Amino acid sequence: MPLDKSIKKVLVIGSGPIVIGQAAEFDYSGSQACRAIKDEGIDVVLVNSNPATIMTDRGMAAKTYIEPLTAEYVEKIIAKERPDSVIAGMGGQTGLNLTCELYDKGVFDKYGVRVIGTSIASIKEGEDRDSFKRLMERTRQPIAPSEIVTNIEDGVAFAEQIGYPVIVRPAYTLGGTGGGIAEDQEQLVTILSQGLHLSRIGQVLLEKSIKGWKEIEFEVMRDGAGNCITVCSMENVDPVGVHTGDSIVVAPALTLADKEYQMLRKAAIDIINSIEIKGGCNVQFALDPHSFDYCVIEINPRVSRSSALASKATGYPIAKIAAKIALGYNLDEIMNAVTGKTFACFEPAIDYVVTKIPKWPFDKFFGAKRNLGTKMMATGEIMAIGNTFESSLLKGIRSLEIKQFTLEREASKKRSMVELKRRVIVPDDERLFDLAELIRRNYHLEMLSEITGMDLFFLHKIKTIIDAEEELKQYKLESITPEIMRRYKKMGFADEGIAELIGSTAREVYKKRIEMGITPVYKMVDTCAGEFEAVSPYYYSTYDTITESVPSDRKKIIVIGSGPIRIGQGIEFDYCSVHCVLSLEKNDIETIIINNNPETVSTDFDTSDKLYFEPLTEEDVYNIITLEKPDGVVLQFGGQTAIKLANFLAEMNVPVLGTQPKYIDEAEDREKFDELLEELNIKRPKGKAVWSVKEGIEEANALEYPLLVRPSYVLGGQGMEITRNEVDLVRYLTDAFNKDSDNPVLIDRYLGGRELEVDAICDGTDVLIPGIMEHLERAGVHSGDSVSIYPPQHVPDHIIEKIKDVTYRIALKLKVIGMINIQFIEFRDELYIIEVNPRSSRTVPYITKVTNVPVIDIATRVMMGESLKSMGYSTGIAPKTQTVAIKVPVFSTEKLPRVEVTLGPEMRSTGEVLGVGHTFIEAMYKGFTAAGTTIPKAGSTILATIRDLDKENFLPLAKRCHKLGCKFAATAGTAKFLEEHGIPVQQVKKISDGVPNVLDVIRSGMIDMIIDIPTKSNDIYSDGFKIRRVSTECSVSLMTSLDTFSAMVDVMESGLSPDKVDVISLDDIK
Amino acid sequence: MEAQLILENGARFSGTLFGAQKDIAGEIVFTTGMTGYQETLTDPSYAGQIVTMTFPLIGNYGINLEDMEARRTNLKAFVVREKCDYPSNFRNEMDLDDFLMEQGVVGLEGVDTRAVTKIIREYGTMRACIVRGDPSYEEISHMLNGFDNSHVIMDTTAGHIYTLNENGKTHIAFIDLGAKDGILRDLVKRGCRVTVFPANVSAEVIGAAKPDLVFLSNGPGNPLDAPGTVDTVKALIGKYPIRGICMGHQIIGLALGCTTSKLKFGHHGANHPVKDLTTGNVYITSQNHNYIVSDFPDGVEETFVNVNDGTCEGIRHKTLSLESVQFHPEAAPGPLDTGWLFDRFLREVM
Repeated sequence: MPLDKSIKKVLVIGSGPIVIGQAAEFDYSGSQACRAIKDEGIDVVLVNSNPATIMTDRGMAAKTYIEPLTAEYVEKIIAKERPDSVIAGMGGQTGLNLTCELYDKGVFDKYGVRVIGTSIASIKEGEDRDSFKRLMERTRQPIAPSEIVTNIEDGVAFAEQIGYPVIVRPAYTLGGTGGGIAEDQEQLVTILSQGLHLSRIGQVLLEKSIKGWKEIEFEVMRDGAGNCITVCSMENVDPVGVHTGDSIVVAPALTLADKEYQMLRKAAIDIINSIEIKGGCNVQFALDPHSFDYCVIEINPRVSRSSALASKATGYPIAKIAAKIALGYNLDEIMNAVTGKTFACFEPAIDYVVTKIPKWPFDKFFGAKRNLGTKMMATGEIMAIGNTFESSLLKGIRSLEIKQFTLEREASKKRSMVELKRRVIVPDDERLFDLAELIRRNYHLEMLSEITGMDLFFLHKIKTIIDAEEELKQYKLESITPEIMRRYKKMGFADEGIAELIGSTAREVYKKRIEMGITPVYKMVDTCAGEFEAVSPYYYSTYDTITESVPSDRKKIIVIGSGPIRIGQGIEFDYCSVHCVLSLEKNDIETIIINNNPETVSTDFDTSDKLYFEPLTEEDVYNIITLEKPDGVVLQFGGQTAIKLANFLAEMNVPVLGTQPKYIDEAEDREKFDELLEELNIKRPKGKAVWSVKEGIEEANALEYPLLVRPSYVLGGQGMEITRNEVDLVRYLTDAFNKDSDNPVLIDRYLGGRELEVDAICDGTDVLIPGIMEHLERAGVHSGDSVSIYPPQHVPDHIIEKIKDVTYRIALKLKVIGMINIQFIEFRDELYIIEVNPRSSRTVPYITKVTNVPVIDIATRVMMGESLKSMGYSTGIAPKTQTVAIKVPVFSTEKLPRVEVTLGPEMRSTGEVLGVGHTFIEAMYKGFTAAGTTIPKAGSTILATIRDLDKENFLPLAKRCHKLGCKFAATAGTAKFLEEHGIPVQQVKKISDGVPNVLDVIRSGMIDMIIDIPTKSNDIYSDGFKIRRVSTECSVSLMTSLDTFSAMVDVMESGLSPDKVDVISLDDIK
Repeated sequence: MEAQLILENGARFSGTLFGAQKDIAGEIVFTTGMTGYQETLTDPSYAGQIVTMTFPLIGNYGINLEDMEARRTNLKAFVVREKCDYPSNFRNEMDLDDFLMEQGVVGLEGVDTRAVTKIIREYGTMRACIVRGDPSYEEISHMLNGFDNSHVIMDTTAGHIYTLNENGKTHIAFIDLGAKDGILRDLVKRGCRVTVFPANVSAEVIGAAKPDLVFLSNGPGNPLDAPGTVDTVKALIGKYPIRGICMGHQIIGLALGCTTSKLKFGHHGANHPVKDLTTGNVYITSQNHNYIVSDFPDGVEETFVNVNDGTCEGIRHKTLSLESVQFHPEAAPGPLDTGWLFDRFLREVM
């Protein structure tokens, strides 16, 4: 069927903030869907609470709402905009759950909204554990013996029946949250109680463990006429037992004979036919490595992380095609954009190997339990393309930015055989390297395959790399012949990797390689293995002789992307890179993106004129520069990943656009920067670098407590801390110098003032500040984790003036051309500077959307030589809006066992939401709602544990809550304090006082909010740490800063409810 | 040992020999299937050809003696980017190298197969040779000119008449033009007694067997080179229900008065979309052919068409019981999406 002409206005629901299990892939799929719908002349109404996304840009939809993703708000939007249709599968699990909820509540019926694409009935068949089981029976598909349980007793009984180990999977949760593998009854009870709590419908599936079977996925598509295709097969290198989001995955499947492959492919197609999918669907199988036995693990009737990976791996845009199918088209009516000749109704043929490796946040979360299981922990991922498995894997490893260029890892080398064996059996993020180390020490591959469940095929391939590494160690730079060099380059070794193994430097190896005339060529990703001529400009490198990438003679710019999503470097930078490209394209400049993150919009082959899917190392980037000879390279938008290439590119005489590397260095180097501030007479908190505990104590006394302490060189997860006395300081310094005595520790005076932040654009003459942001929490909380308010609500004019003046002077002094981000503290009516980043920052998408100043476009044009004046801007702060927009951070700590959840100087959030309101309170209210924070009301119980230092500050807030009818529970100290001040409180036992203690009370579900102001963080043995962990794991809202809580009390007093606030579209922000 | 792949247009690629170590000439084609190299190796339709695999990693799951499409390989040479030295699969019985050696087939690895594919795409299917050493221009021309694939059907067809599934109910006269076992398996699976005849069988011999239905198999080369099969089919039309696959489809087409022509580089792979003109449904099919049928006389209608290039993928007669398809419903290798066609083929005689 062609386009359904009755569709005029479609509601698209986004996936909300970035959390573990739901990252940038839904911005990619959502943006694709919006574009695909818009291309048909149909209006899109978009709702997503996440301001950092490209999909929420002006122009992506006819109307965009950055509003909480709750049924109430979406209903209000539907009532206001009256879309005739809604598309369900574009916003991940969040969007899908919300669509189901709206459907169940009759909202779609009430407003005459039709669900297009896969129907709600189909979604429920795939998602609901019980109907999934029935579906499998109906389609005669095998599944592991399983049962749905709704209470612990039934669970234990069933486990006895099928035998341990047992897999626990809660229904309707993200990335397997709350699931796990239980080896015995004790573990089962723990995991099951958590799972039952987290499931939206209190259902958990228990299933016999098929740990060790191959995990194979298929991405399948079906149109309204019933035509089915499989886009891609994927094989998890880590077998069943490790969540696919935490597995190394290859595409296509590499170890299946045609019979096995076709058996699973047919099963996937039979399933999607049976539930009448209209769009994309992911089907996961477990395949017995010793027979044709298989079972279906699960299906996801929507676009997903895997579908984003499959799209990038094949060049087949799943989300776009799914959207077209929803609009009525059949697969054979949709063009394949890559070839421009063939149709979407075919199956991509791949002629390379794709490897995906997860990026885990354990470098930020030292002390986290790193064991991988059925709960996803990775924040992001990288993808690498090569024409051998070896090159694909080696490219992947260096894309992770973990300073690994070979399979040889220092930490693994230090481990004993016994230790290594133990570690590979219970996988964690270092398994690949531990495994490699075992192989290097000649551990039998057959046994290794047996204990890890990894296929021998992969182990032999890894051994090939290790043998090559050992062979290379026999060489010196001088003894490497061109044949040898070519062989190792073909296998995928980086110059840096070769250098490490032969005891040379990357630069020397590079020089030698160029002398030998050995340079990479670039092959095309074309969906058809070369069968048809392709127009897609999407490339990867190999060391063959014939290249397919021919540089044009147009003016061209390379934009360096930001790599995998990690804490501190998220989707915001992809937003910036994409907007830079859009801006350059408007000026008729050829754009080239280099990036390695398959989840993003920047790596959509439609985004730039040319896409190189390559690692972001000096070598890989420079190879492309050598070929393309661009007129300039843009680093400002790719976060730290791109910025750290600055010095290298300068040395190689590559034109870096915007702020020059020399000045970037000046801002990044603490000493040089101090000198600069001195010269400009700008204040910063006093500080010093110390080399010993003794020196530290002396300095501390001179500076006065409290002090902010942090290592100058971040190693082993030692983070920043605020120390308030000598005892704390000595403990911190002792610990830091024990871990690393070669680098100093930085001690700064801690100023507990108000934090302010600006993003500014400088053209060398003028400095434009689109807006100033005020942080809700006082200094000491990482800027990425604080609630951020625009326009500022509590900042006096003279401070605003001072910010303008200081920003102007610093930007000019640093010869900034393009973006600069500065963070300030206002303390006792003085302005101090705490940080300067000579690049685009994480707040740029937010400030762009709320101020309507096209920040990246202006910055890009400035870098290309235009002046702010010529664009109609001048020095100063852009006029502020009346509408208030508040950014609230969102954390994923419930998915990371043993990770501290307190706000502090180390960033921990993974995403953000925006609250947009006519007043501060309204915006704050929406912000809390969007972030999923419970807003206590009369009758709610608040559990409080407040450190002595803050008890007095807490009192007035407690009194206000009491007046509102909230009840309090507290442990001894805080309880006594509250009672003394006339606030009734239910005292609960400390953990050491037996049961039921404070943790049991939280688990019982009677607590609505916890306010815990800790004395110190990161101590996993303290009661506070345990309270915070349990609250997070039980999804009880937690506040660890009185500043946040104070805003919460304001919101509570306002009595706001969804029916009392408007929904505000981007166009309504005035 | 190092060797060169030399194409008729002059392009040269160096690689390392495996399997049989000899110089050969053949017609070079590429196939885009990502799994099923063993079925490809043993598919008689590739007789006389040098087959290039576009997927770079070949041999990963080894060779087993179950997934054979014929008792032996018929192709001339097998060109891959990388052969797997340590295959892994629960059915793995041999590795690729030893299998090709045993079969006397030349293997060449380490070739930039994507570059080879792009040349074939641009210049079309052509002759090529794999040679050791540094042969002169004359030697190469001599080799290429010496290549003749016109007898290839008789090289691969059954040597004598034999019967499968003696006790089967429905009797199929199966004309073997170089058949894949997969087609026979699908017929036997449905309870047919199948009498297999060589390609040069006469209509009288078929008639004497009193079949319920005549089935023409796939096969290698040009349908015009088939040894009298077109005339045999002409004589059978109207007397028996006739079905055919691939080469069989082309022979039926010729017998009905259609023409056949050679595609630039053929269809070889497991991802070809085919539209059923009756229902409008599209199926993903396995394909392996260089020739197509066109110019349908009155009474003949197209049943399937290729979604990518619009070429004919199936025909039937409007009044007689006669139907054939260009693609491979028996899969092996490839998708199982059109296996139902066998039921349709047999419906009226079961």
